[in-house]
Amino acid sequence: MKRPPRDVEGTHRKLSRRALLLGGMQAAFIGGLAMRMRYMQVDQADQFRLLAEENRVNIRLIPPTRGEVFDRNGAILGQNIPLYRIIIVREDAGDVDKVISDLSKLVALDPEEVERARAEMRRSPPFLPVTLAERVTWDDISKVAVNAPALPGITPEVGLTRVYPQGPDFAHVLGYVGPVSDYDLSQIEDPEPVLRIPRFQIGKVGVEAKRERQLRGKAGAKRVEVNATGRVMRELDRREGQQGADLQLSVDAELQEYVQARLGDESASAVVIDCETGDLRAISSAPTFDPNLFVRGISVADYRALTEDKYRPLANKTVQGTYPPGSTFKMITALAALEAGIVGPDDTVYCRGYLEVSSRRFHCWKRGGHGHVDLLNSLKRSCDVYYYDVALKVGIDRISEMARKFGLGVRHDLPMSAVASGLAPNRDWKSRVHGQDWLVGDTANASIGQGYMLASPLQLAVMTARLATGRSVSPRLVKSINGVEQTSGAGETIDVNENNLRKLRRAMFSVSNDRRGTAYGSRIIEDAFRLAGKTGTSQVRNITAAERAAGVIRNADLPWERRDHALFVCFAPYDNPKYAVSVVVEHGGGGSKAAAPVARDIMLQALFGGTPPLEAYPRKDRGRIEAQQERMKRERRPRARTDGKDRA
Amino acid sequence: MSYLEYTVKSTPTGLRKVFYMNWALTVLLISVAGVGFLMLYSVAGGSFSPWAEPQMKRFALGLAVMMFVAMVPIWFWRNMAVVAYLISIILLISVEFFGIVGMGAQRWIDIGFMRLQPSELMKITLVMLLAAYYDWLPGNKTSRPFWVLVPVVMILFPTFLVLRQPDLGTSILLMTAGGGLMFLAGVHWAYFAAVIAAGVGLVTAVFQSRGTDWQLLQNYQYRRIDTFLDPSSDPLGAGYHITQSKIALGSGGWTGRGFMQGTQSRLNFLPEKHTDFIFTTLAEEFGFVGGFSLLGLYSLIILFCIVTALATKDRFSSLVTLGISINFFLFFAVNMSMVMGLAPVVGVPLPMVSYGGSAMLVLMVAFGLVQSAHIHRPRLGS
Repeated sequence: MKRPPRDVEGTHRKLSRRALLLGGMQAAFIGGLAMRMRYMQVDQADQFRLLAEENRVNIRLIPPTRGEVFDRNGAILGQNIPLYRIIIVREDAGDVDKVISDLSKLVALDPEEVERARAEMRRSPPFLPVTLAERVTWDDISKVAVNAPALPGITPEVGLTRVYPQGPDFAHVLGYVGPVSDYDLSQIEDPEPVLRIPRFQIGKVGVEAKRERQLRGKAGAKRVEVNATGRVMRELDRREGQQGADLQLSVDAELQEYVQARLGDESASAVVIDCETGDLRAISSAPTFDPNLFVRGISVADYRALTEDKYRPLANKTVQGTYPPGSTFKMITALAALEAGIVGPDDTVYCRGYLEVSSRRFHCWKRGGHGHVDLLNSLKRSCDVYYYDVALKVGIDRISEMARKFGLGVRHDLPMSAVASGLAPNRDWKSRVHGQDWLVGDTANASIGQGYMLASPLQLAVMTARLATGRSVSPRLVKSINGVEQTSGAGETIDVNENNLRKLRRAMFSVSNDRRGTAYGSRIIEDAFRLAGKTGTSQVRNITAAERAAGVIRNADLPWERRDHALFVCFAPYDNPKYAVSVVVEHGGGGSKAAAPVARDIMLQALFGGTPPLEAYPRKDRGRIEAQQERMKRERRPRARTDGKDRA
Repeated sequence: MSYLEYTVKSTPTGLRKVFYMNWALTVLLISVAGVGFLMLYSVAGGSFSPWAEPQMKRFALGLAVMMFVAMVPIWFWRNMAVVAYLISIILLISVEFFGIVGMGAQRWIDIGFMRLQPSELMKITLVMLLAAYYDWLPGNKTSRPFWVLVPVVMILFPTFLVLRQPDLGTSILLMTAGGGLMFLAGVHWAYFAAVIAAGVGLVTAVFQSRGTDWQLLQNYQYRRIDTFLDPSSDPLGAGYHITQSKIALGSGGWTGRGFMQGTQSRLNFLPEKHTDFIFTTLAEEFGFVGGFSLLGLYSLIILFCIVTALATKDRFSSLVTLGISINFFLFFAVNMSMVMGLAPVVGVPLPMVSYGGSAMLVLMVAFGLVQSAHIHRPRLGS
């Protein structure tokens, strides 16, 4: 098999040529690869490195711990407590059905919740934890922990939730928190990312809502390394957030509790304001509700019961409710007249039971009339005709202006929901809103706090405090934020003649200390704590002439919603005012009977800083009062009080 | 000059052959495999299991096999070419019936102690057969149509079988390597020009017909071609692999993130991180310097093969050595183009580095042939 050598040489040369050609092509290709590698790894490295970081690093928010709320003495009102959950991780559990059925033998599981968890597990990657049961007791958690080896994939977990240890007492003040809803998000422009954390709680009503910004704090963030399926591999670094600020309210929890209990099941409200600082010592609306129900998620039935109750437990009547102030307004009318110099304190008006104003009769509450009355008597006995008379001389505009000076018809800025501004009408207002001229009859009605006149219990308390001090005391609810004292509500001196104020205070003193005063029955015996006040009974209906002729129907005979509102405002001690109190009992009847005793009891409780001695009460009432004190002590719920002072 | 002509006496015999091996090539192969062990250790998160250790055992086995093949005279392998080719064909056909489905394609056959991928074996046996064919064929007949048709059939038959698995990557590799060998053997360049022209024409026709009345393919087939050619059009599907691979590679920079510091592969962003995409781990952890070094090692292997091939006067030895170098080149060239986003994703491993037994074993057999050709090269004189 010999081949001609030339042929062999030829083919070999050809092979070498082609091999070198092919080798050259390969070299070119390898060069191309090297160039490409250089381009990607050197020229474009930064860009790719950025992409790699994005791939790898996830930012996770660390929700901030919500600030807590304390009363003025450090008793805790809004608290974060650990919330125990049972969670399941599908990939660790293996046989999910078996694990769940094993667990249900230990712990009562809500089938609905379990069904929801199963649905969630089907949707999410196997390594993500899913909540099986929430708000589990510590007992159940320990059961789960003890049996951990038999329950693969099940872990007890602890989170934080809001709790209101004072329960219903602060429902209207603090409000409550709840998980962020889609509606909440739509209301906020550019919501913080932390709000999108599932089940993140924000304030919905009251201080919780109005001071949300301070209470929430700032979310922290941690950078975690994740793999392609989103599983967290390790934490790279974290930036701690800022815990929400702790708030201290001006309210005294013990007094608040007493006030709430004293109001009981009436549809009523009471405000206790510190005359010196404007601190709201108590601000209660009754009936109330348990805010903890809302945090947990209130049932439809419970919610309906609250909304359909005619006593409106959800409404915060102290600031949202506006009522005709009735006779409690008379101080303002009188002061306007005195300040205008039109009426002197000793000038008298003859009350024959009514006053004819532009051929219409305006009646005094006392059919027979009071005869000749001066300022002091008119207020003491609450004569209406006196005020019709002086008001017509002064005119509505000056009365309205005086009302504003004393905090009526103006909105007090408090961190509570739906703070009403009430109404102190004048000519301008009527023509603007109703497009009608102001009538003299309107002035007559306004002079005794009826007609268009509207005030909230808070405004009445502020008015009383201003009358008592002569300073424009403004209410303060938040005493300090994170230990920083907030500006006091002491206020400037009001430019009214101090002598006129003194006359009024004297008249108010006689209301509750003079034998013929309308609130004599609710006086305080203790000399150092003498009470000065004013009753009010405001009509919610017109009394027709026919009715009047047939004899005015007694309140007790009317259906509840047509009865008069009972009001009482007072301050004490008379010579050195410490607190002002306003009480409104909706449809409670006469102010002297329904409101004054409540206000007196609250005032005494505030002045003594606890249960007052029986000696402070009129002798003949002591037996009844003792029984009442006993009953209230029995009924007051025992509570776990946590002292929050040890927290920074 | 054929092996029958030179003095058999002048070739080394017995264990002395070991000294006549191409040791530089052996060292290069060990270096490349070492890079592989390092990377497999790294992608396992600093562990010899599950990849590095079996890979080292297989390489040890591979080295032994290479020595064994090297010791056997090259003319024995020449005589075995037809038999080896037929065995490969039979194995390829048998995967059709007994194959194990892996990665969505039927490629493996279980032969007891290991899983064999007959298509890998085919790459070598095809080279052997073609080399033997052209060694046997007189030089003046090389370009005659009939004698051109015979090797074309030899190439296309296994290509067709591999394509059926389906394994597009390997079938393209088979065709290219076969064509390369025919080119080296001296087939007239006009044939290649014709084939290239026809190929270009067909592709143009397919694309030109799109959207016209005489459309050659169905719409869904076009869409498949689209994603094949441009994976970025489907970033979470077919494009996911390539995008992640580019990110990992590009983020390496000049010197990389450091050994075991690569984030993308460890965090599973990279698909097939221990097999087809292992180069990205290397590039991420050792940067351009590391990637370029591996490319350098590969180039040296190719260079040594070409030098060995040109040094021998035996035609079969030259052709086999060059054919193996073409195959080896195609392996890493296609794999690197793929991970750098220059070529569509076809399942081609990085030679000697990617985790996988049969590919490496077959390569070691192939380099055994190269060594054998080197040891038993014709020596003149004496």
